[in-house]
Amino acid sequence: MSSTSANASQASTIATEKIAGMAVRKTIRVDVPQAHAFTVFTEHFGSWWPLATHKIGKQVAVTAIIEPKRGGRWFERSADGTECDWGRVQVWEPPRRLVLTWEVSVDWQPDRTIQTEVEVTFVADGPDRTTVHLEHRKLEEYGEQAEMMRSIFDSEGGYGGILQRFANAASSAELGQEVPCPSDRK
Amino acid sequence: MLATKPSAVGDIARRLPVTRSAVSQHLRVLKEAGLVDHQTFGTRNVYRVNLAGVASLRDYFDAIWEKALSDYKAVAEDLYRRQPKEKK
Repeated sequence: MSSTSANASQASTIATEKIAGMAVRKTIRVDVPQAHAFTVFTEHFGSWWPLATHKIGKQVAVTAIIEPKRGGRWFERSADGTECDWGRVQVWEPPRRLVLTWEVSVDWQPDRTIQTEVEVTFVADGPDRTTVHLEHRKLEEYGEQAEMMRSIFDSEGGYGGILQRFANAASSAELGQEVPCPSDRK
Repeated sequence: MLATKPSAVGDIARRLPVTRSAVSQHLRVLKEAGLVDHQTFGTRNVYRVNLAGVASLRDYFDAIWEKALSDYKAVAEDLYRRQPKEKK
């Protein structure tokens, strides 16, 4: 990524353009059959995801769940039963392919305006061996969020939804208690 | 640098209906994600948007998935070893 500071400080849209199509790709070989690989990734998601550090709610998250169907929810559940949405199942093709939307802001808040995608494919390399390819794409959506942050810094009096959102996030951080997840999942 | 207008925490807080410490806390999270930069001048903490850092989002997610997938591999292989070898 080659952004020059001169350009960047002039046009506020530059950052977004420069990082369009941004994605992270990972590949890992797992010594299990394809169907098992798919099942563990989805059905047992909560057993391997690092919930201690990567979760939304302030409370201890006891599990995270990918509902096994197209349109299913992807969410975490805390000890008191509070559920926080991460995204949705867009493509459900066991045992080969899975596409999820990841609608979580960088500060780990549910944010439906951020529609990044996670595609996972499971390729059988043998009876007991599977290669898992993962692509987390549309990360440029976060660039737009960064642009919003920038407008917060730049705006003097404007008090729009962006500012409100920042305020909400900051308030909930301050309370230091369970962040109520917006019940906008419909 | 790339910043347009560095802002002190107090200046940001003044524009928002939240306390200074809440703003600090939230900015710290954004800083961890590499979206803002931070410098201390005496007692003033000055933050600015880090456009180069936006690109480092890739590193941020790369690290998350690196950790998650290695945990996934361990669990998947462990579960497979434990289960009786009946596969349909």
